[in-house]
Amino acid sequence: MISGTSVWRGGVVLIASLLAMPVIVILGFLLVPAGEVWHHLVSTVLPDYVKNSLLLMLGVSIGVLILGVGSAWLTSMCRFPGSRLFEWSLLLPMAMPAYIIAYTYTGLFDFAGPAQSLLREWTGWSYGDYWFPEIRSLEGAAVMLSLVLFPYVYLLSRAAFLGQSLCVLDVSRTLGNGPWRTFFTVALPLARPAIVAGLSLALMETLADYGTVQYFGVATFTTGIFRTWFGLDSTAAAAQLSAVLLLFVFVLVVLERSSRRSARYHHTSQRHQVLRRYPLAGWRGAGAALFCFGILFFGFLLPAGQLLIWAVTTADERLDAQFLSLVWHSLELAGIASLLALALALFLGYGRRLHGNWAVQLAVRIAGMGYAVPGTVIAVGVMIPFAAFDNGLDAWTRSQFGLSTGLLLSGTLAALLFAYLVRFLAVSLQTVEAGLAKIRPSMDEVSRSMGTGAAETVRRVHVPMLKGSLVTALLLVFVDVLKELPATLILRPFNFNTLAVRAYELASDERLADASLASLTIVAVGIVPVILLSRSIGRSRHEQAT
Amino acid sequence: MNKQLEVKNLTIAYDGKAVVADAGFELETGEIGCLLGPSGCGKTSLLRAIAGFEPAVSGEILLRGRCVTRPGTSLAPEYRNVGMVFQDFALYPHLTVSKNIGFGLRKLSRGESQRRVEELLRLVDMEDLGAKYPHQLSGGQQQRVALVRAMAPQPDILLLDEPFSGLDVELRSQLARELREILKRDQITAILVTHDQLEAFAMADQIGVMMEGRMLQWADGYSLYHRPANRFVADFIGRGAMLTGQVIDGPRIETALGILEANRTADLRPGETVELLLRPSDLVHDDNSPFQLEVLDRIFQGAEYLYTLRLNEETQVLCLVQSHHNHAIGERIGVKLDVGRLVTFRN
Repeated sequence: MISGTSVWRGGVVLIASLLAMPVIVILGFLLVPAGEVWHHLVSTVLPDYVKNSLLLMLGVSIGVLILGVGSAWLTSMCRFPGSRLFEWSLLLPMAMPAYIIAYTYTGLFDFAGPAQSLLREWTGWSYGDYWFPEIRSLEGAAVMLSLVLFPYVYLLSRAAFLGQSLCVLDVSRTLGNGPWRTFFTVALPLARPAIVAGLSLALMETLADYGTVQYFGVATFTTGIFRTWFGLDSTAAAAQLSAVLLLFVFVLVVLERSSRRSARYHHTSQRHQVLRRYPLAGWRGAGAALFCFGILFFGFLLPAGQLLIWAVTTADERLDAQFLSLVWHSLELAGIASLLALALALFLGYGRRLHGNWAVQLAVRIAGMGYAVPGTVIAVGVMIPFAAFDNGLDAWTRSQFGLSTGLLLSGTLAALLFAYLVRFLAVSLQTVEAGLAKIRPSMDEVSRSMGTGAAETVRRVHVPMLKGSLVTALLLVFVDVLKELPATLILRPFNFNTLAVRAYELASDERLADASLASLTIVAVGIVPVILLSRSIGRSRHEQAT
Repeated sequence: MNKQLEVKNLTIAYDGKAVVADAGFELETGEIGCLLGPSGCGKTSLLRAIAGFEPAVSGEILLRGRCVTRPGTSLAPEYRNVGMVFQDFALYPHLTVSKNIGFGLRKLSRGESQRRVEELLRLVDMEDLGAKYPHQLSGGQQQRVALVRAMAPQPDILLLDEPFSGLDVELRSQLARELREILKRDQITAILVTHDQLEAFAMADQIGVMMEGRMLQWADGYSLYHRPANRFVADFIGRGAMLTGQVIDGPRIETALGILEANRTADLRPGETVELLLRPSDLVHDDNSPFQLEVLDRIFQGAEYLYTLRLNEETQVLCLVQSHHNHAIGERIGVKLDVGRLVTFRN
């Protein structure tokens, strides 16, 4: 007889294997002998890809560390005008996908944009008379990515600062260190693991970015993979480029994991005092407020405002049936993907809770690794086996029955949905597992000991306690899918457009204003997780106060 | 009296390793039992086996004469009619206090259930707090809610897993008194798990001392202290020192502190060497005594000093002396034996 436990365990392992398939396929290409295209790439563009990707990572590192750690320290430790407001509003840039902020800034700061026009108007200069930073450059891309990715560092380092017992800071003060010295010798080293974890997340996003670097003409791995795939039409070379990119990602994953582990040991105390925030008055308070406002302004207010202006001016002509079908496609995709991800996350989460052995633990861990893999890589890794399957099946049915099945998987939404699951299941899984962890085993047992069976325990205890987490998991995946660009570009069925794809295409055609309505919709939806996050921040502050 | 609970030769194992080995005891209706021992001794596993969360490798458990656990079969927890209070209380955060207490009452009508909840809230003086949520309560209040929630369905036995461990020290003794009063008033049979012997003495009628999965002794607190079954129990319960003695004849034993008249001589053979358990109260202060011992340490306990005295190179003894006898460390004080009940162990 097959027991429920073995069915469940088998299911968990099967799901994890399926989700791991794209990465395994890509890594498998490391063993395939390098073809002509690959040699061509190595001798021409590969050094550029490596150099540009590394430089971009360096630039983003500097940017997110200054913006993220600085603002986290100020909002968690100091009191200055608007500090409470900045606590949550500094998360708003997260709602802004990098490719959208990139083309918005291009519109703002290009030669013909309002900033330079205004400058010429005031000074009477004309073209060539003055120097203006070129926004469409590697440096520009680093700035754009920093502006929207710093919240990763902000969130994690802020939590670390708040988690530090005030005692360790007070001890430093009593030992004769001033506030600045205390920050650099105590607080910063203690928060380092959290900061590094946040930084590695930001860098994973940097490596995954396609829209920004493509738009700015910076040759990196992701743009290289696109070019090899579509331009050179070489599957093997694209997969091999992806594999090299995966090695970069792997380093970051290891860095993040080990940082998170050591972050646990850096918790200095279980008992926290309510933080006394250090009041900053006068010019120092103004400086802190200006710093935070500057980040908020350039990271969200300015680009969102520009998008709004464009959207208002173009709404009349853009808000048509075609736009509504874009919205519908996006909602449909995101809705299905988030429901599927939730169902899988529940299956995996309960599998681990009820039937966890080492295989299940490992499988769940693997299923949650997709967040680190760039969408481009996943798309290539999905496309190769799916196309092989379709071609094989088609050839077989043709020879057996004389009819063609066409593209069952690779040309349909199935491939796209599968890619979304690979990439975003982690988001859903994390939320569901956090919710399940709140239902302590003793809560199940209390219910059982009071005469309540297993099914009824789920209904009366689990469902009401999990409800919030389930909604959060749905929302987070929904928004992530809506924003996703590169995998959608590669895998979407012919002529199937989403908001992200359309915004990107219009922007690429230099129709920035026309792209704004779709972009603004994405940004508006992207604010939902920001609200969720800021609410949980508010809650943790409340818990600290009681 | 009826036997409410019988545990017979029970063995529980995880991955082939026994965590409870051949344990047995009985509780009569209305009695409060306690499983006492250091952490990892198997007391919680034993409690969870009674609740139905752990299967038995051998032996059996009977609740009111009905076999609920034996090797291969275990009645599911929801059919046992036991109540359990967990260390972390396990209150449901999404339910109010009243709903938490009424969780196990769904077989009653709405009105009956409501009456029972009100009655229980009154029992623990929390009439006004029924509409609150668990996180709005203090630790002591949460503990009371967890208790009456487990009592609500009128279980045959109440199981309490370290019920006071999460609470302040002052709150513990107060709640232990309250809890015993409530259980005794309603004649509820209960078992408590703890590593704190004072808690065990304060709460329980019968105490089982456990070590490494074995039940070393099952007895009331007085017997454990004055008639420990073996050396571990003697060591674990209360303070004391071991003194070597040689049996001279019949009831007389020669020790470094003089000759002792034993009152229980049944199994002592002349010439044999035995170990005597010496409680601090077995040694009294007497300036005229020929035995003058050096004070090594002293602890002020209010009415008394507890002196640690050097008997010889390898042995130290404890002596409880009224605190107006104030002797400094290094001084010598006179002591003599005054053993009420002699406890001996063979080597």
